Amino acid sequence: MPPLLTVAAPDLRLDVNLLDYAVLALYFVTVLGIGLAARRAVKTSLDFFLSGRSLPAWITGLAFLSANLGATEILGMAANGAQYGIATVHYYWIGAVPAMVFLGIVMMPFYYRSKVHSVPDFLRRRFNGQTQLLNAITFAMAQVLIAGINLYALSLVMGALLGWPLLLSIVVSAAIVLAYVVLGGLSSAIYNEVMQFFVILAGLIPVTVLGLMKVGGWSGLTERVKQSALGDPGLHTWANTGSADANPLGAHWIGIVLGLGFVLSFGYWTTNFAEVQRGLSARNTNAARLTPIVAAYPKLFIPVVTVIPGLVALVLFSDLGKPDGPQYNYAIPLLMGDLLPNGVLGIAVTGLLASFMAGMAANISGFNTVFTYDIWKSHVKKDRPDGYYLNLGRWATVGGVVLGIGTALIAAGFSNIMNYLQALFSFFNAPLFATFIVGLFWRRMTAWAGFWGLLSGTVVAFASYIGFKAGLIDFGTELNATFWGAGLAFGVDVVVSVVVTLFTTPKPESELRGLVYGLSDASLADDALSGDKAWYRSPVVLGIGALALAGLLYLPFL
Amino acid sequence: MTDETGRKRAARLFDIRRIIGGLFVLYGLILTVAGLLDGDAAIAKAEGVRINLWMGVAMIAVGGVFLLWERLRPLEVTPASPDEPGPDSPGDPS
Repeated sequence: MPPLLTVAAPDLRLDVNLLDYAVLALYFVTVLGIGLAARRAVKTSLDFFLSGRSLPAWITGLAFLSANLGATEILGMAANGAQYGIATVHYYWIGAVPAMVFLGIVMMPFYYRSKVHSVPDFLRRRFNGQTQLLNAITFAMAQVLIAGINLYALSLVMGALLGWPLLLSIVVSAAIVLAYVVLGGLSSAIYNEVMQFFVILAGLIPVTVLGLMKVGGWSGLTERVKQSALGDPGLHTWANTGSADANPLGAHWIGIVLGLGFVLSFGYWTTNFAEVQRGLSARNTNAARLTPIVAAYPKLFIPVVTVIPGLVALVLFSDLGKPDGPQYNYAIPLLMGDLLPNGVLGIAVTGLLASFMAGMAANISGFNTVFTYDIWKSHVKKDRPDGYYLNLGRWATVGGVVLGIGTALIAAGFSNIMNYLQALFSFFNAPLFATFIVGLFWRRMTAWAGFWGLLSGTVVAFASYIGFKAGLIDFGTELNATFWGAGLAFGVDVVVSVVVTLFTTPKPESELRGLVYGLSDASLADDALSGDKAWYRSPVVLGIGALALAGLLYLPFL
Repeated sequence: MTDETGRKRAARLFDIRRIIGGLFVLYGLILTVAGLLDGDAAIAKAEGVRINLWMGVAMIAVGGVFLLWERLRPLEVTPASPDEPGPDSPGDPS
């Protein structure tokens, strides 16, 4: 899940010249070109919201990864690398990959084969319209707020690196995102995510390689990390986690496994519609299942270009993270300014700005779908012709971006409140995941159990966090508050769901076909393509491979 | 029929492998030229590596692979009705 990103704007001006601006301009011309090309291909609302369900797994997989690989993620994980050391890989190897594999193997068939448009739509089918509306509203609000936070963080980085004024960078970036999402809908958002993925890598790889050369290679890096403030614990993942005080992360291994590895990550990866939507746009069930699994492989190796630069920055800039020095979040921008000459520098800046915009576009395209289908079409105006909803989707995009600009401006005034909200949303998905998992595997769970479980879980998530912030409940650190808040919300959701189920009548089996485990829908045709039987297209084989690889990667860093 | 060929052409232009390939080759050319012209200051900044040249060549290679892939396995565009999108829907690379 995206880490917190707080950025003040010290003077980090990069020495950009015309060459770098040319590289940047070329990217945005291409992006707008994609939007215009996509405009010609978008004929129906299904094209606009789900890319006509036509994309192959490698595209949806990279888009799935990129929807999460926003700049907040990149800058934030490099910051974690500098602050916590190698242990940051937990966010990838146990905090993401298992959940991604679970989504692909277990949950995606339910999402895809039930032909739902969104996660709230699935809740309507499995439970009722009220559950759908509750989730749709909380999701839509969260997306707009997060889009605004992304926009604000982007404008701070543009201000710090390029010297652009805050308002100008907010408006320019919002306008670019707006233009390509309105024109091409999800297709153009996804195409840009895939393109952004390669550009950001082309920017991060030289930073990592040159950074490593500067500190004397891997051995030089480990040697100098040992002498840094982080010390030897900064080079280990599981050692020292027997007690929460002995490791830089400040977490017990049980908290890492259950809090990060289970509740938080399963909540985020399996029910966050901005992610799941990428799988729903795949061309058949197999491609949909492969989407998160294809994404898991590059995800395993992303720490190479985030955590290593973080550590390099730690040993190169001695005042990093100190009260009067630059914040940890500036680890990568600092290295870019220190190591990259004009030209490659332009690529890195482009990759960074593109990934901010991709993150925001993911929020906006999730928002417009849920608003159009799950709020407006399901609860306000039903049975209009398809063109009506296509138009509405375009207007919802405009509305989402305008609200995002509003949130960004609020964030500019009250950055602390935004940080709290961001932390809150990080465990917002935990109760939703509880509702899903109980609903999928317990067919007796009733419609109203879905609603009340979700409502009480969400309220508990809010209450525990506000209680922590107000000093009423003491969880120790922020990280522990997140783990415990998510765990509590999950537990309360399960208990309320079970209790309400016992007092209400279940839905008839005929309405649950294809929506719960063990009740398949025989009327659905097999949509496998020739070649899907091959082992290299098998979600189970590839999924287990990803898990095994994650385990192996831990070995050198125990 | 003209609509069909129009759709085919749009789909081929819109193939993401072409877009990424084209962009990377273009970026690669820019960086290669910049790398050849780099002065001592730029090389010293990057730890003595001609990073623009290296990245330029690498990006041309990556872009080339995408273009070659698109050439060797071009997109198959089959007609499909818009409201019943199946596995053989048009518009995207396979």
